[in-house]
Amino acid sequence: MRSETMTLNMGPQHPATHGVLRVAVELDGETIVRAQPIVGYLHTGMEKQAEYKTYTQSIPQTDRMDYLAPMSNNLAFCLGVEKLLGIGPPPRALHARVLLTELTRLASHLVWVGTHAMDIGAMSMFFYTFREREQILGMYDQVCGARMTASYFRVGGLAMDLPVDFLERVSRFLDTMPGHFAEYEKLLTGNPIWLARTKGVALLSKRDAIALGVTGPVLRAAGVKWDLRKSMPYAGYDQYDFEVPVGEHGDAFDRYLVRLEEMRQAVRICRQAIVKLREIGPGDYRLRDYKYVLPPKEDVKTSMEALIHHFKIVAHGFFPPVGEAYQAIEAPKGELGFYFVSDGTPKPWRMKVRSPSFTNLQALDTMARGGLVADIITAIGTLDIVLGEVDR
Amino acid sequence: MIAFFQDPTVQIAFWGLVKIVVILFVMLGIVAYLTFFERKIAGHIQSRPGPNLVGPWGLFQPFADILKLFLKEEFIPARANKILFHIAPILAVTPALTSFAVVPIGPNFIVTDVNVGLLVFLAMSSLGVYALALAGWSSNNKYALLGGLRSAAQMISYELALGLSTIGVILLAGSLSLVDIVHAQSGTLPFGPLALPRWFVFTQPVAFVIFLICAFAETNRAPFDLPEGESELVGGFHTEYSSMKWAMFFLGEYMNMLTISSITVTLFLGGWNGPWLPESLQFLWFFGKLFALIFLFMWVRWTFPRLRYDQLMAFGWKVLLPIALLNVLATGAAVYWVGNR
Repeated sequence: MRSETMTLNMGPQHPATHGVLRVAVELDGETIVRAQPIVGYLHTGMEKQAEYKTYTQSIPQTDRMDYLAPMSNNLAFCLGVEKLLGIGPPPRALHARVLLTELTRLASHLVWVGTHAMDIGAMSMFFYTFREREQILGMYDQVCGARMTASYFRVGGLAMDLPVDFLERVSRFLDTMPGHFAEYEKLLTGNPIWLARTKGVALLSKRDAIALGVTGPVLRAAGVKWDLRKSMPYAGYDQYDFEVPVGEHGDAFDRYLVRLEEMRQAVRICRQAIVKLREIGPGDYRLRDYKYVLPPKEDVKTSMEALIHHFKIVAHGFFPPVGEAYQAIEAPKGELGFYFVSDGTPKPWRMKVRSPSFTNLQALDTMARGGLVADIITAIGTLDIVLGEVDR
Repeated sequence: MIAFFQDPTVQIAFWGLVKIVVILFVMLGIVAYLTFFERKIAGHIQSRPGPNLVGPWGLFQPFADILKLFLKEEFIPARANKILFHIAPILAVTPALTSFAVVPIGPNFIVTDVNVGLLVFLAMSSLGVYALALAGWSSNNKYALLGGLRSAAQMISYELALGLSTIGVILLAGSLSLVDIVHAQSGTLPFGPLALPRWFVFTQPVAFVIFLICAFAETNRAPFDLPEGESELVGGFHTEYSSMKWAMFFLGEYMNMLTISSITVTLFLGGWNGPWLPESLQFLWFFGKLFALIFLFMWVRWTFPRLRYDQLMAFGWKVLLPIALLNVLATGAAVYWVGNR
């Protein structure tokens, strides 16, 4: 009997492709022969746009890349520019950044657990995790006035100081989280249907994961202990005490466990950051290097020099030295890197973003091949991609 | 004129018609409100209020929904098979409504007591698969086609275990008539110091569990909602349906849920049997048990993830069917042994 495959066009409008991902799936019955992701539906030319903006003007753009983890993008961008300039933030800003990026990791993973569970059919999980994420968005709102497009970090520190009762609010929230993790585990971890749907599904071996350049929880679930926070510490992470969870089998279930454990570790890091911030007490939240960083407002009102610096930075932006710099961070989704080439003008000559979602998406075909239609949904979900970051 | 009405044939026809109309409209009303309960229960489970704006406590929400659906554009995809595309939604509703005719709601409250009532129900529930398969095929859409194929495979494989699990009950009751089956469950069953009601759920627990699982699969409810498989197949078999045609499928789904729950109540939970109430009010027991079961259906839907297609088929053929067969054998042997002692 003659048989032929059917090509199913999944997306760009599809309830489970997490945005505008399009996958050309070649099917033999319900078995996947080939799955080719087609990207570019959310391309906004952010890298090119950065060439026409001063460095500071590009920060709001970064919020819109991985819109589920805006602070991580801010951090990677600012660290990259700081490397180019050869400066670093004062300690208060350093630890505030760690606190906020770890909260971001928590928020991003919460969305992941919710949406992934919803893809697999457990609808209610989505509402539980969004309930907690809402709290984190409320904290964003408190620190910077925006729930999702934070743009809170600046080159050399923060845009403004942390609000007075912020640390209390965060620690109250952190106290509730272990209970919520137990709730999620109760609903999913032991559930036979959840196990059947995720164990041994969307497999990615250690070898394939490294060969495809996969990073983040997907790589760690395959058994590779590679976390930039430990391997190439940045932003003061070497002063923190935390574990890097690693999986064994590289299947969807291991990725779930790894991300869940990462959330627990994020809570742990946040607690340490709060202790450190309390020890430091009030202080500078921005570097006092007026060639690159805006002087405090009170100085601008009283000091002539500060006023001139303020005017220069606002009017032209700062002038970095000629050269290049690459800085990568362990974003919730993997290695997020910013590469800058400077020609000495206030605008970058070239900015390149190494986004984890884009690179991780390459693994989709390897993961989905041989599975069923339902498995490709699991595979897309388990990769944790954000199309804003894939296309940029 | 009076002589005409006193003619017994006319009397039977007239009262039959009255019963049909009453049950039909009561059922349709219940179905409309089932959507409301579903959303309220889902809301409660998901820690949100659910519909609460249309009317007091959102009680008029079903009417608003129906009105909205009537006003929606009817869309038929190009190169769809128009005739089948129209027939499929009708097929989704009619069998479920029809099989309600044999369900005994109260001691004297039944449209018609067919002596093979259970067979009528099984026949009608197998007709439901045509609606889904035809809808999937006629839509000229790949997602719909996959949904239709899944539904055909799923319903056929679960029908077998469903049918087999009822045999135990038939053996014990000695009749295919649903009224007789309910009568066979009246009275009590000595169980140590306690007296359990003589419901078949206590004498046929395995059959009850199998029947319940198959009921979920038959009605395409989560965790077996593969033909729709929202996150995989967009809308599955009803991807291309809009307006009232789409609503018909949902009417069918809720109707099916209602029917299969009432059959479960009849077969295993003693139908209208229950203490304290006078005979004329015993139908309240029926509705109480019915809504408890429907709540279970909804609770499961909002709690569990969805099974995968191959796992579902394997579960049906490799687990449920053998157990159902063993149960039939065991029940047969027990009935024979008790009868010949």
